[in-house]
Amino acid sequence: MKNIDSYTHVRGESLFVDDLITRQDTLQGLVFDSPKAHGKITSIDYSKAKNLKGVVNIFTHKDILGENQIGGIIPDEPLWAENEVHFCGQPIAFIVAETELIAKKARALISIEIEELPIITTAKEAKEKGSFINAPRSFNLGNTKTSFDACDYVYEGKTFTNGQEHLYLETQGCYVVPLENGNIKITSSTQGPTQVQKTAAKVLGIPMHKIEVDVIRLGGGFGGKEDQATPWAVMAAVAVQHLNKPVKFMLNRHDDLRMTGKRHPYESTFKIGLTKDLKINAFEAEFLQNSGAAADLSPAIAERTLFHATNSYFIPNVHTTVLSCKTNLPPNTAFRGFGGPQGMFVIEAAIAKAANALKIDKRLIQEANLLAENDEFSYGQIATQVEAKSSWTTAKEQFKLEQLEQEIDDFNQKNFLSKKGISVMPIAFGISFTNTPMNHARALVHIYQDGSIGVSTGAVEMGQGVNTKMLQVAAEILGVHQSKVKLETTNTTRVANTSPTAASSTADLNGKAVEMACNLLIERLTKVASKMLSVAEKEIVFREDRVFINTKKSTLLWEEVIAQAMLQRIALSENAHYATPIIHFDKTVEKGHPFAYHVYGTAITTITLDCLRGTYEVDAVKIVHDFGKSMNLQIDIGQVEGALAQGIGWMTLEEIAYNNEGRLESNALSTYKVPDIFSAAKTIDIIPLKTAGNTLAIKKSKAVGEPPLMYGIGAYFAIEHAVKAFNPNYLSKFHAPFTPEKVLTGLYEKKSETLNH
Amino acid sequence: MIQFILNNERIQTTAHAGITLLDFIREHQQLKGTKIGCREGDCGACTVLVGALNKNTISYQSITSCISPLGNANGKHIVTIEGINIPKTLNTAQQAMADNYATQCGFCTPGFVVSMTGFALSTQDNNTALNSCNDAISGNICRCTGYKSIEKAGFDLVEKLQEKDKNHQIDWLINQGFVPDYFNTIPEQLKKLQQSTIQQQRSEGSTVANGTDLYVQHADTLSEEPVSLISDNTSLKGISFTDTTCTIGANTTVSELLENEQLRKGFPRLKSFLKLISSEQIRNMGTLGGNFVNASPIGDMSVFFLALNSTLAILHKNGTTRQIPFHKFHQDYKKYDLQKEEILKSIAFNVLEATSVFNFEKVSKRTHLDIASVNASARISVENNRIISAHFAVGGVAAIPKYAVKTAEFIIGKSINSEVIKAAQEILQSEISPISDVRGSATYKRFLARQLFFAHFIELFPTKINPQQLIAI
Repeated sequence: MKNIDSYTHVRGESLFVDDLITRQDTLQGLVFDSPKAHGKITSIDYSKAKNLKGVVNIFTHKDILGENQIGGIIPDEPLWAENEVHFCGQPIAFIVAETELIAKKARALISIEIEELPIITTAKEAKEKGSFINAPRSFNLGNTKTSFDACDYVYEGKTFTNGQEHLYLETQGCYVVPLENGNIKITSSTQGPTQVQKTAAKVLGIPMHKIEVDVIRLGGGFGGKEDQATPWAVMAAVAVQHLNKPVKFMLNRHDDLRMTGKRHPYESTFKIGLTKDLKINAFEAEFLQNSGAAADLSPAIAERTLFHATNSYFIPNVHTTVLSCKTNLPPNTAFRGFGGPQGMFVIEAAIAKAANALKIDKRLIQEANLLAENDEFSYGQIATQVEAKSSWTTAKEQFKLEQLEQEIDDFNQKNFLSKKGISVMPIAFGISFTNTPMNHARALVHIYQDGSIGVSTGAVEMGQGVNTKMLQVAAEILGVHQSKVKLETTNTTRVANTSPTAASSTADLNGKAVEMACNLLIERLTKVASKMLSVAEKEIVFREDRVFINTKKSTLLWEEVIAQAMLQRIALSENAHYATPIIHFDKTVEKGHPFAYHVYGTAITTITLDCLRGTYEVDAVKIVHDFGKSMNLQIDIGQVEGALAQGIGWMTLEEIAYNNEGRLESNALSTYKVPDIFSAAKTIDIIPLKTAGNTLAIKKSKAVGEPPLMYGIGAYFAIEHAVKAFNPNYLSKFHAPFTPEKVLTGLYEKKSETLNH
Repeated sequence: MIQFILNNERIQTTAHAGITLLDFIREHQQLKGTKIGCREGDCGACTVLVGALNKNTISYQSITSCISPLGNANGKHIVTIEGINIPKTLNTAQQAMADNYATQCGFCTPGFVVSMTGFALSTQDNNTALNSCNDAISGNICRCTGYKSIEKAGFDLVEKLQEKDKNHQIDWLINQGFVPDYFNTIPEQLKKLQQSTIQQQRSEGSTVANGTDLYVQHADTLSEEPVSLISDNTSLKGISFTDTTCTIGANTTVSELLENEQLRKGFPRLKSFLKLISSEQIRNMGTLGGNFVNASPIGDMSVFFLALNSTLAILHKNGTTRQIPFHKFHQDYKKYDLQKEEILKSIAFNVLEATSVFNFEKVSKRTHLDIASVNASARISVENNRIISAHFAVGGVAAIPKYAVKTAEFIIGKSINSEVIKAAQEILQSEISPISDVRGSATYKRFLARQLFFAHFIELFPTKINPQQLIAI
């Protein structure tokens, strides 16, 4: 089934926040932000700006009636800076004017003086200076102290992965309207409507029930609108609280790029120990996460780095530590993969380092250490229904890996200025919010008296097709045609206290709630139909818009049952609550069973390098992916392809650049390049792995949003392979992204010039 | 008064000519299908089509409306996504996108659909390769799909378009559901409109051709201040040839270069060179003159024409024209030889003699729709294995697009071999002074200049060069 929004999407009729009909007296908002990365505000003069014709007001922390606090996990981030600024782009004030252009002119009229304080931009520097967000976390399995002694080979190394800009095509934004009695309606482009509601209530100093948050859809989120859609909506809400007029606030692209956080850069060190048979016996890693100036979601992201630090390998002795380092960058935040990709890059680098030293193919080490049934993860969960080896083997056989490798060797023998590279990238990604209390969802299903159905959930549609999946679940259980079901907007007055749409688990959680609600409705309708047909309840089946008696079609239509239920005063609405069973995690010992299940897969990436110009093209990515029993394979394949492109972008051309002053230099689409159609892999082959699926996944169809992003890591190692084919002296840097600059430098580096990082 | 046809509606507006077409569409006309993504022509979410009357037919091109002044719509047919919707059914491009699951969040989708419809409306004949639609959507960024599904939608279109009746193009496209039926009324509508269109007032404001550069930085200012729009000035357009000279009007777009048969003959690899320059939408708008006066040290067209040893014609308000060698035009960073009363008229170069070859190179982080880290061009004439003339230009390595005069002087008279090229490269290094920025470190740009210099000879004289000898450090 196609995405239910396809029709309006392709016609340009789908509504995004910026497309809403606005009230005539709507005002426009704009943020005045810090020009410096760290310092004390000694003076600000708003007078000229306020006097500009068309400026309605400029709001600052002094106008906050509740708390000036938006920190989600740790209360360490003000909505508007008070006396100090901690990053370039930190919001200080909110200009409200008749038009955006007037607001921009007003912004240019604000003068500010800042007494500058020392700036930290890298995680390493933060560590040296003891600047952290919270206490470090460590996971332990076995005993690495003693087990390295039992290893035949031990290698150490360093890695760096840069941040990544979300570049949702729709920038952050909201439209906030005053209602009666001080109530406020916020339409926001957010992945977390409850987070917006909760934070707005706190900052405005009013109860949550006075704030309604509505989300139609997002023009892309990718984690960037999980926590960081909140401040903009709250700022506009503060203005509305004071002005009692609607305020619209869409960030322009430059403001969005400058003010919002990105995927966390990580600097990491590793130590890996192997025995002669290439088994990884011990692994240690220290991850320095560049968290930015406030916690945001960093602690949770750091945690997931530890969860995925051994990727899809079994390692009996593991000691991993993560430090969330506080720096003077915008608070970095969720981005598809949520710390997992950064963790996986390090273990892959460690394996590559060992393979280089042993002068063997990296994949031999990967292959020798894949997870097996009942292996233990470093966090205590026992792996079950493991598909690490099956996906690897299927990829190896179906895509003729050894033949591919041979072809690439032959090509490299024959060609001088062009080299090819290949890599294999297995993944294992845990599904659930690692913070167990967040794993719940609700659904509200109305059957209207004409038989049409409206479904509300806590899921936010942002292109991933969650609403399509919700509709499929409802239509199937209620036994009606899909056209009878409508998915409503995500609204806090219909479905409250939601977890954000994140962690790949939204379809699972909300789908299960829809399933429960529909089952309860069917239970009641079965009684009605059974009486109408004088047939035992157990023989009643709803399908194809009518009632079946077992497999036999009856004449009783869905609409007739609904009409009868109305007459009998049967409730035609149902609200169901789902909480994932089984999962638990004890942070005091860092052990538990945090994930409902894992998603597995294996990708083979091949690339071609232009050794004269240092440029490259991704030839093919061939993937065997564990979809479980996909309930919508086309939508799921779209998720794999899209995540892969983002992963490859992160590893190749997407380069975030902050200067020493903490100012973003890649501050426009002209300087920050995401993949275009020509940078996509020329071929993508995806084979769904045949599995039984997992009962904790909605309809046994496994979560798919984040895991495939990590296939993109394969591109890094494929490029490295090709660089080495040209320049055997090249020493691995494990420094991503592998930009054309790093490639060209690597192609021509001499042995003596290289530093072993 | 600006008059044009917007979709199927005649627009007469007194709105300021300098506001962006995008704002006019979304705010004045409340057509919300055209999206705001970046406001600098780098994402394609705001793509619209511009149709211009050409005798009895209309030629359509895609542009990014975010950096296009409203005034340039005067006398044209502007088509937004709403204008290609067919009641109660999907048009062919839309159907292909839906069928191939090529829309996820939907925000970039209208832009893609408009670009694809522009591809269908294109009268160019080179659309037979299965992936030829990719060029048409080269300026559209999607962050959700990874493009493979969109590419497949393009395949569907290419396949259908093979049947196109070129003699009755619009009728065929209407019958096949590519565009709504009002499209065949547009030529008449535009003719009527043009009869009544008052020639635009030339004002004293900033001179704007198609805006691809100015509107990236100055859209807000231009939305309020007077603008002098020169895009329709036909005397600044056109490509003409004599036996020895090619003259190109300053208002000529990159796409127009590409469409010119004689130029394509003169430069057999013209397409592969020009496809490295920005995107379809921007090539449809960006003019040579605009690129020259933008004066970016990395301007692709500047570098291209420097090695052609071109001559620039500059037109004074009083009607007089002066000519200067193009390599004298750029003087220092963003400084160039143009008085306030002057505009660029045309650029001319000697067509390549039988002994001459030309090459253009560009390396950027992303191969397409990106600004170069370093670009380079070379024009070399060889007789009896001896270089009789040579011109080299390199961008991104100095305050201006660098015309490497000493390198050329050194190499003239010598024969082509690795030693000579290496020695010339050393001279080139002494002529350049790159700085580190977001497009690369100074060291990288220096090295890239070396590589691209070698690339000229490897591309142009493959039989005379041993690459291994040449590039060894």
